Amino acid sequence: MIKIENVNKVFNEDQQNRVQALQDISLQIETGQTTVLKGPSGSGKTTLLTLIGCLARPTSGRIFLNGEMVSSLPEKFLTEIRRKTFGFVFQRFNLLRGLSALENVMLPAYPLGRDHAGLRKDALRLLADMDIAAKADMNVENLSGGEAQRVAIARALMNDPDFVIADEPTANLDTRLTGEFLKIVEKLRDQGKSVIMTSHDPRIWQADVVDRVVSMEDGRICADEVLKK
Amino acid sequence: MAALMVLAIAVLLHGFMSGDRGLSQRAKLVGQLGLTDLALFTEARYTRHPSQADLHSAFQDHPMSFDHFPTGSLIAAPLQNFNTRAASSTDEAKK
Amino acid sequence: MKNYLSRQRYLMDFTLHSMLRRKVKNLVLFVVYFMVIFILASVMLFGQAVREEAAALLKNAPEATVQQIKMGRHDLVNKELIAPLNDIRGVKKAEGRLWGYYFDPVNQANYTLMVPSADDKQHQIKPGQSIIGPGVAANRELIRDKFLLLLPPVGPLMKLDVIDHLDPQSALVSADLVLLSEPDFRAFFRLPADVYTDIGLTIRNEREIATIVNKITSKFLGTRVVTRSDILRTYESIFTWREGLLLALLGASIFAFVIFVFDKASGLSAEERREIGILKAIGWETGDVLAMKFWEGGLISAGAFLLGLVLAYLHVFFFQAGLLEPVLTGWSVIYPDFHLAPHIDILQITTLAFFTVVPYTAATIVPIWRAAVTDPDSVMR
Repeated sequence: MIKIENVNKVFNEDQQNRVQALQDISLQIETGQTTVLKGPSGSGKTTLLTLIGCLARPTSGRIFLNGEMVSSLPEKFLTEIRRKTFGFVFQRFNLLRGLSALENVMLPAYPLGRDHAGLRKDALRLLADMDIAAKADMNVENLSGGEAQRVAIARALMNDPDFVIADEPTANLDTRLTGEFLKIVEKLRDQGKSVIMTSHDPRIWQADVVDRVVSMEDGRICADEVLKK
Repeated sequence: MAALMVLAIAVLLHGFMSGDRGLSQRAKLVGQLGLTDLALFTEARYTRHPSQADLHSAFQDHPMSFDHFPTGSLIAAPLQNFNTRAASSTDEAKK
Repeated sequence: MKNYLSRQRYLMDFTLHSMLRRKVKNLVLFVVYFMVIFILASVMLFGQAVREEAAALLKNAPEATVQQIKMGRHDLVNKELIAPLNDIRGVKKAEGRLWGYYFDPVNQANYTLMVPSADDKQHQIKPGQSIIGPGVAANRELIRDKFLLLLPPVGPLMKLDVIDHLDPQSALVSADLVLLSEPDFRAFFRLPADVYTDIGLTIRNEREIATIVNKITSKFLGTRVVTRSDILRTYESIFTWREGLLLALLGASIFAFVIFVFDKASGLSAEERREIGILKAIGWETGDVLAMKFWEGGLISAGAFLLGLVLAYLHVFFFQAGLLEPVLTGWSVIYPDFHLAPHIDILQITTLAFFTVVPYTAATIVPIWRAAVTDPDSVMR
């Protein structure tokens, strides 16, 4: 469970181009749910996502992860929390070019120093789960957008996180691929993962798999609907 | 990388174990003929026999000056050129 | 511990892979780096080997030579000096030596003409005969059908039988030698019968050398004594100053290299910066990123160092320092074709490693530290 209390995020503080990205946000995200942050660009949804994923710290306010306050932890501890708790699927996937799909998936586990055979096996299993095992040895820059996204999702799952965080996951996908992405999300939810994503794509926030849609505008939450199914 | 390591070790071993490459030959000749210097540079007498050069012949104007043969800059002025006269003059002064 | 090691292995693995991704950049870096090491190591190995060689060889040089100095110049020694020197206690033998220089205007080469000692049974030379050193022998212009023709300063051409060559292995000390008989030598240079070039002293007890030298310089004014330790000291310092000069010049190129490294290795491209952000976002610690970059610097510099060292060794000891030759041979026509006995000084190599590998690795790490401690949320933007 993630609890956010009165969080503000200001960029370029004390400078002329000061931006108040988030204003007084309070939010609670339950485990096992699929949550979508919706809103136009510049509404602060991506910023909120980085705070939830412990990629950045709020300017003020507090964030709790399973009852533990994480917003004031130093970077070193945040890294560990990130590694164990969150898996990220970035908007542009952010796969490392020049490496194979398999290596990209194994990457998050390198600092753990696990045995190589087991690591490889897990990574191949994840790629198989995403139906992309056939391209495991292909360099990522040769993959199509949909394939790259699946590799990115497999990478996000490598360290078996509780939360999967996705930033605009369908921005570059056509309808068919969006449908397939939603199927993957469903699978993740069945596995007990919580999925948090940003999107301004109606196909996402109207999907069956989504439990809750939080709407944002100008750095504030303007609507919060829990979808009853 | 591993190959490089092996090469480096081989070189080290070679350096420590290889024969004298005629060193004993040369040493013998030095003894027989009473040679005093290496024949590295033959263009001037003070570079051919730096240890035997007279006081300033090697470095005509000043013991530390460069001269116009390139090898003049390769070899340092013989150290004894700086001491002997001073040493002998102090010896004389003692008497 | 096991965990730590396998973690480092992963990081190293990843480093190798990511280096292969930037082949050109890393290759250029590697080549420049390795060239710097190669040149430095060649100079160091060569200088050290020559000094070691000189020290080993000149242990057999005469204990002392006595020279006559007149008006600050080397002068001929009179025969009369030999007897009193022989009488000095501790002197086993004082012997007049004859040697001199001859510039051959035809070949524009300098030879050292020398009369072997009467005790030297292996090099006994009758008038009209000569033994030549390997450098002289190699110069085909000089030798025609076993005859050596020398043009004396005055008088007709002197024709000598070449009865033997000195061992080519001894070129380092004998390349330009022409051994001839005493009568021929005196005739060639028009030298009076009662003078010698200098006097070689054989001294029985090494500890007495200093006392004997003092005795000679005070008793026989105008003489100068060069002891074997003087000779050894001369050769200890040979090349050191050129080496220093070369290193000083190289200092500029090393400095340029450091700037280059700073630019290439540490000046992070946007791409690398993004990658560090991604790695941090997916759970790599700052320490992991640094360790990875450490491996990158370490692999490049250790590889360049080892390769440079190995090639420098081959260059100096198997290819006779061919690339340094233009610097070394100077204006000589005759220069020794010599093979140095390999010599490796561990301290020297350690010094070289310390002054190249360590700064490189440090130069690559520092700026990455700055990139690695920034917040990883940049990848989301």
